[in-house]
Amino acid sequence: MTNIGVYICHCGTNIAGVVDVEALAKRVAKLKDVSLARDYKYMCSNPGQDLIRDDIKHRNLDRVVVAACSPRMHENTYKKVLASAGLNPFLLEIANIREQASWVHLDKEKTTNKAFDLINMAVSKVRMDEPLTSMSANVIQRVLVIGAGIAGIQTSLDIANIGYDVVLVEKEQSIGGRMSQLGKTFPTLDCSACILTPKMVEVSSNPRIKLFTYSEVEEISGFIGNFKAKIRKKSRGLDESLCTGCGLCQEKCPTRVPSEYDEKMGKRKAIYTLFPQAVPNIPVIDRASCLYITKGKCGVCKKVCPVGAIDYERGDEFIEEEVGAVVVASGFDPFDPTSKEEYGFGIYKNVITGLQLERLLHAAGPTQGEVVRPSDGAVPKRIAFVQCVGSRDEHANKYCSRVCCMYAIKNALLIKEHHPESEIFIYYIDIRAFGKGYEEFYKRAQEKGIKFMRGRVAEIFEEPASRNPVIRADDTLLGMVTENEVDMVVLSVGMIPRSDSSRIQKMLGLAASPDGFFMEAHAKLRPVDTLVDGVFLAGTAQGPKDIPDTVAQAKGAASGALGVVSHKALLLSPLISEVDERLCRGCGDCKDVCEYGAIELVTLDTRKVAKINPAICKGCGSCVVACCNGSIKLRNFTDSITFAMLEAALGGAL
Amino acid sequence: MTEFSPRIVAFCCNWCSYVGADLAGTSRLQYPDNIRIIKVMCSGQVFPSYILKALELGADGVMVAGCHIGDCHYVSGNKKAQERVETLLRVMKTLGLDPRRVRLEWISASEGVKFANTVKEFVEEVKELGPNQLGVRE
Repeated sequence: MTNIGVYICHCGTNIAGVVDVEALAKRVAKLKDVSLARDYKYMCSNPGQDLIRDDIKHRNLDRVVVAACSPRMHENTYKKVLASAGLNPFLLEIANIREQASWVHLDKEKTTNKAFDLINMAVSKVRMDEPLTSMSANVIQRVLVIGAGIAGIQTSLDIANIGYDVVLVEKEQSIGGRMSQLGKTFPTLDCSACILTPKMVEVSSNPRIKLFTYSEVEEISGFIGNFKAKIRKKSRGLDESLCTGCGLCQEKCPTRVPSEYDEKMGKRKAIYTLFPQAVPNIPVIDRASCLYITKGKCGVCKKVCPVGAIDYERGDEFIEEEVGAVVVASGFDPFDPTSKEEYGFGIYKNVITGLQLERLLHAAGPTQGEVVRPSDGAVPKRIAFVQCVGSRDEHANKYCSRVCCMYAIKNALLIKEHHPESEIFIYYIDIRAFGKGYEEFYKRAQEKGIKFMRGRVAEIFEEPASRNPVIRADDTLLGMVTENEVDMVVLSVGMIPRSDSSRIQKMLGLAASPDGFFMEAHAKLRPVDTLVDGVFLAGTAQGPKDIPDTVAQAKGAASGALGVVSHKALLLSPLISEVDERLCRGCGDCKDVCEYGAIELVTLDTRKVAKINPAICKGCGSCVVACCNGSIKLRNFTDSITFAMLEAALGGAL
Repeated sequence: MTEFSPRIVAFCCNWCSYVGADLAGTSRLQYPDNIRIIKVMCSGQVFPSYILKALELGADGVMVAGCHIGDCHYVSGNKKAQERVETLLRVMKTLGLDPRRVRLEWISASEGVKFANTVKEFVEEVKELGPNQLGVRE
């Protein structure tokens, strides 16, 4: 026997002014299974709530319909009323007779009729609703952070300092990321190392941070609260537990190859650390250039190592870590301008990239901070910067990389301050100085005599004798094509997604934006979350950004991850789909349409059936429609409920 | 003879269109009372058979409303709805049903005005079409 109670709210005169609530209550009371129908001035008020609560207790109601405002207003209020009276809160339906009736229609009779239909529909639904219970899932209270650039470092420190454990995985042999390659930072001209290295040391000394360097996350399975990550710790060719970082091996190694870290502007050894303050300060043997490994000769490092740490044949290790949340802070790659042939990068020696200039300007870089041109080592007196290389370009990337204007201005200023006599030109389309203190910084560059040339560079060619690059550009302020011979050209290359970002994307089931960077859950309101619950984004992995924005987002990602792992257990919404295994034929059509990867095919006896993971399912119902034999239902949104509502909607008189 | 007053059912998704309809309410926008809204979690949850059932039960018009393409709360439910409804529209003619009785609309949570205007427009169109002969009417 079903006992439905219907409560019609006057909402002062908001509803009662247009709907004849008393007549409505009388009509509703006659509906099948409705044992009582009441109207009251304010159903959401305490006396209104008590009315419902008392009826549940004393009139043995087992289901409730409240006809009032939108469920978005007070559904939870009434759910709590049901729960407090010992009734399952999912046995409640709201008939939205305010927003959908009294506020949008004027005719009293017609509006009352419509309100009756809406209540009738809600009664038809509630009659068939199932009581549901939220499931709880345990949470592993640690966070995996992928990438230890400034974003990953900041996220890890924030989480660890609040008191939760972090597993930090860095692909390179040292933490620090792209920021460690930079000389100084705009707009304050802080030396990058001076502000970054203390944070790096903090990471290595924080007992809550378990650091894996020269390591990659190879596989991730599971779901929010319960992820399992497989980490490959690549072999450094030595025993890390023995290495003291004395540096003797690097000093004695006879092999010198172009340094990737120095953007090929300098050389490194075959056994090397990235930079003097590397964390950890343990070298790696580059197997491609090591003479012992490639030719079986040499072995100097092994001979000189005072602790016998060198072990050429050492293999990779695999480690499994369990975490409750993941932060992806995998960073960016600089755009490779080789594809922009008109700029002559890779053809003319004195055309370099912005990141190469950073290495030259870096006090610990290959030239100890002296800017020299690659062809002859001379100090360039006339330098041109070309903006938007690989950005805001229909033939490369359409987006703005957001940092190139400022880093070009910064480097121009640094050179100008060092060599006041030098002439510096910046070829730009628009100068974007949007951050705090940036416009003032731009102004300062103009006052220092840096020349801003508005127009896209059409071509760069070389004077063969001097090896001076010549810039041909369309100067849009002068309205003419100009040619300008300089000593060196710096291409302000933008940011592109990391080369391995599509692997990470697939591994975690993330979405990518049209620009290739990882997509956030909502461009404005959820810029740190992803569509995969429990996975967050920090820094340039989500899109080009500067250091302040990266740090801000990293702190946001820490807060997002803490929001998951600070709970011992998570309550999962029970409004999800479920499979009737008796009917399922295991075709997998449901699996194909699920955007969340919530469905897998499992073997039941001898056949395959679909299984829905309640922790991942969001209850969208896509799989229900995809299922060809009706074996999946979305709880409390079943076909029979919909058909019953349709009958109620269309049965009434208009 | 009284004027024909069509009966229209709208399946509105929980995240955008239902909220758009709420906004029409809070903005006190008047629209014809011919519409009955059934809330679904996602437009991608609407079976073509729901639409056919509505027509069979005598609905003169059926609207499916979801988030704009690209805004779906569940990533791509609205795209699935689009494929299904468009396929249904093609089949309807073969079945002797007027595809103009079914409408797919993208109405966001901020488009109360669009919701009200769409209902007005649809009611007018369905009035032109006359009663759905499939429904058993007195």
